[in-house]
Amino acid sequence: MGYNVPEENYYTKDHEWAQVDENVVTIGITEFAQESLGEIVYVELKEEGQKITQMEPFGVVESVKAVSDLFAPISGTIIEVNTTILDNPGILNDDPMNEGWLLRVEMDSEKELASLIRAHDYKKLLEATEEAQKNV
Amino acid sequence: MLLPDPGWKGSIMSELKQTPLHGEHIRLGAKMVEFAGWSMPVQFEGLRPEHLAVRRAVGLFDVSHMGEIWVRGSGSLKTLQWITSNDVSKLRPGEAHYTLLTNPEGGVIDDLIVYCFREGEEYLLCVNASNIDKDYKWVVSNNVGAASIENESDRWAQIAVQGPLAPRLLNDLLDVPMDLPPFRFLERTFQGEPIVIATTGYTGERGCEVFVPKQTAVALWQELLQTGKSYEVAPIGLGARDTLRLEMAYCLYGHELTDQTNPYEAGLGWVVKPHKEFIGKESILRTKELGLKRRLVGFKMVDKGIPRHDYRLCSMEGLEIGWVTSGTHSPSLDEAIGIGYIDASLAKQGTSIGVNIRGRIAKATVVKTPFVHQKGE
Repeated sequence: MGYNVPEENYYTKDHEWAQVDENVVTIGITEFAQESLGEIVYVELKEEGQKITQMEPFGVVESVKAVSDLFAPISGTIIEVNTTILDNPGILNDDPMNEGWLLRVEMDSEKELASLIRAHDYKKLLEATEEAQKNV
Repeated sequence: MLLPDPGWKGSIMSELKQTPLHGEHIRLGAKMVEFAGWSMPVQFEGLRPEHLAVRRAVGLFDVSHMGEIWVRGSGSLKTLQWITSNDVSKLRPGEAHYTLLTNPEGGVIDDLIVYCFREGEEYLLCVNASNIDKDYKWVVSNNVGAASIENESDRWAQIAVQGPLAPRLLNDLLDVPMDLPPFRFLERTFQGEPIVIATTGYTGERGCEVFVPKQTAVALWQELLQTGKSYEVAPIGLGARDTLRLEMAYCLYGHELTDQTNPYEAGLGWVVKPHKEFIGKESILRTKELGLKRRLVGFKMVDKGIPRHDYRLCSMEGLEIGWVTSGTHSPSLDEAIGIGYIDASLAKQGTSIGVNIRGRIAKATVVKTPFVHQKGE
């Protein structure tokens, strides 16, 4: 364990985080996600101005081994894409919670936040997942 | 995001088989996943460092999930000649070869290595984990020489020692001659148990695969790690095993080879010996004479993106011309590489092709394989 799970963020069960600042939401993947993926070598994201929809894919991250879809924690319009990570996907491994942010989105409705997980429950989810992993 | 390892998500863990080295993997902090019904280490330190350790120094792989089927008795040669595509009569004791089990339609039941222990009398077949039961049944039901067939997969573990420093490690610990050529094997004893050391592998590097009785596997694994310290030996997971074989464009059953694959299309004509009779020979040769429709080729991405199993390949005009069988980001080259079947007319080096990556057509170029050349020592 020992993952950095900031209290103020929202999380999805699919290991994305969302940081809310009024109606602007910054989205990324969690430390657990990057560690599970291993070395990230490719990132593909929707573009600035495009819409994303809660629980629908907005891009992919690829490790050497596999492709993983990214799911939107909330719906809204993309106002900024972290283009630095498109050229240097390794940043997602080094600092997924800060430098490795993916999108800034103008949120459609605050109501959607209610269906996301808070830090306390996300930590519990990680514990349960790690427990399951031990049994392989 | 959806995490990629289906193994620890869905499977019924209690039903997975464990190799004798399972406890060693856990102790070394491996991440375990399900593979062909087994709990196997997918990575230890990380896929990339493990991959590079094998290319630079030496790595240890637990390949105990592979199957061992023995064919013994005076009819052994007759049976093996009938069921496999390569010429077993060429093998002398201590020699091995790569070959195929083929079906009457000329497709591939499995790819395997045949080891000759006693000429005409005793052979070992090393088969893919996912095909053990299917292969065993096939051999038994096509046993034209009335040989004795035994599936001893549960009695044997297997450790692969691969990398440019592997010959030195094997020489230190097991007295294997440094200059033993590829596809040879020796019988030795280790802690009083018989072991078989074969100069075969799945990485393109020098080294061996060691067959060891199950109960002795942990001791051998530990000795290899201990003696290997001076060569910076590292345990390697299935993740790097796959990227290493892909850089060599070696076939993986279920990806490049299926029961529909013609061996010539897969580039395996060199293990098809038309001067002898074997199951499926007529169909295989007929397909070849009619002209091969498709060929297995290697390609490198020009545009961004990574090709993956089952992605479609298309011409630059957008016509579908084939499919990707395996693809990855090559740790040695730091480039996206793939192999796949394409229309024979386009299978020339330097041809530009497209890969349909989630609806976007990304450009790639057909290249010569292997992607990586072994430097040796």
